[in-house]
Amino acid sequence: MGNILEINNVSKTYGKTAALEAINVSFEEGKIYGLLGRNGAGKTTLLNLITNKFEATTGEILLGKESVWENPNAQSKICYMTEKNMFPKEFTVLQLLKSSFDFYENFDLEYALNLAEQFKLNIGKKFKTLSKGFESITKIIIALSTDCPLVLMDEPVLGLDAAVRDKFYRIFLDNFARKPRTFIISTHLIEEVSGIIEEAVIIDSGRLLLKKPVEEMLQMGYCVAGKSNNVDKYAEGRKVVHSEMVGNFKTITIYEPVSQRDNQTAASLDLEIVPVQLQKLFVHLTGD
Amino acid sequence: MKVSFDNEKSIYIQIAEAIKDDILKDIFEEETQIPSTTQMSVSYRINPATAAKGVNMLVDEGIIYKKRGIGMFVASGAKEDIRNSRKNEFFDKYIAAMIEEAQKLGISREDIIDMIKGGEKKHG
Repeated sequence: MGNILEINNVSKTYGKTAALEAINVSFEEGKIYGLLGRNGAGKTTLLNLITNKFEATTGEILLGKESVWENPNAQSKICYMTEKNMFPKEFTVLQLLKSSFDFYENFDLEYALNLAEQFKLNIGKKFKTLSKGFESITKIIIALSTDCPLVLMDEPVLGLDAAVRDKFYRIFLDNFARKPRTFIISTHLIEEVSGIIEEAVIIDSGRLLLKKPVEEMLQMGYCVAGKSNNVDKYAEGRKVVHSEMVGNFKTITIYEPVSQRDNQTAASLDLEIVPVQLQKLFVHLTGD
Repeated sequence: MKVSFDNEKSIYIQIAEAIKDDILKDIFEEETQIPSTTQMSVSYRINPATAAKGVNMLVDEGIIYKKRGIGMFVASGAKEDIRNSRKNEFFDKYIAAMIEEAQKLGISREDIIDMIKGGEKKHG
């Protein structure tokens, strides 16, 4: 499948501060991406550039073959669920859903009302009086009821308890199966989405650190544990991203091409190889 | 079907193995339909591409076949095939691992045989 979104050499500076530096990354049609990064890494800046909130300092962003900058046609194909609230303050949820119906080309109002019921959202309430969780739910419902080929979600599950998050993931996957399109989900709850996203895009201090299928990342990353000097022997010449020691017992996390993993050597050194979770790998790769 | 995110195996391999387990247990019988990749995606909260990868692995092995426009079905003879390949894996997975652990612990050959006999009595 072709690319729906291409970000070509995009930088954004605010005064003297570089928020994003020379980002080159593309997103394919019909895939779910996780946009991951530490606080202040530049995730929201990137989403804001895609959606015409700010202009990139250099580079270009293409949707299909069109630039997204000041381009209503391109923007009409993007649905952006922001962490911030952009809605008129006095609107009830129902009014918001109806105005979304007027705003988006193909907004499924019936589906939206059905979701509101499933999430037990009171549509008669004013948006500004909603709890953080129900604010998120309202925004989720709007995003899922559009049929924009590109949907950006910035922290979609903010303020949702574990049970409601689980319900969201189920409804989200059902929605994706009915209407496959490209989702870019920015979240800090990495472990929860690790099975749901197909590829991870990691931004670190304004730079693109990596873009890879999650499964591939999880095969490249692994922990080796055992007697400290044996672990050191195994680690020689490998890319060690983290290391921990308790007494004489050492655990290291390695990130390298799968073909370089050497189970035999590890076994001969009496070392244990265990898988690493995406969240841990992310923490180690982004520098702690 | 059981799928765990803490498991050291990739999720798509777990999907494939879970389907095989269910075929062995007659939960999915031969020539009957298995859940769609969408159903698997939604119930296990996994990306549909991952579910499809697991199912396609079984299609390649001849365990599952696709009926165009209808869905995925268990091939006839699938249960026997799975049983045979599991038997082949049995030595590596259980016997070799057991011998290695026994040697580490200094358990003798005779002791292992006694344990097996005792275990057989317990499980009738």
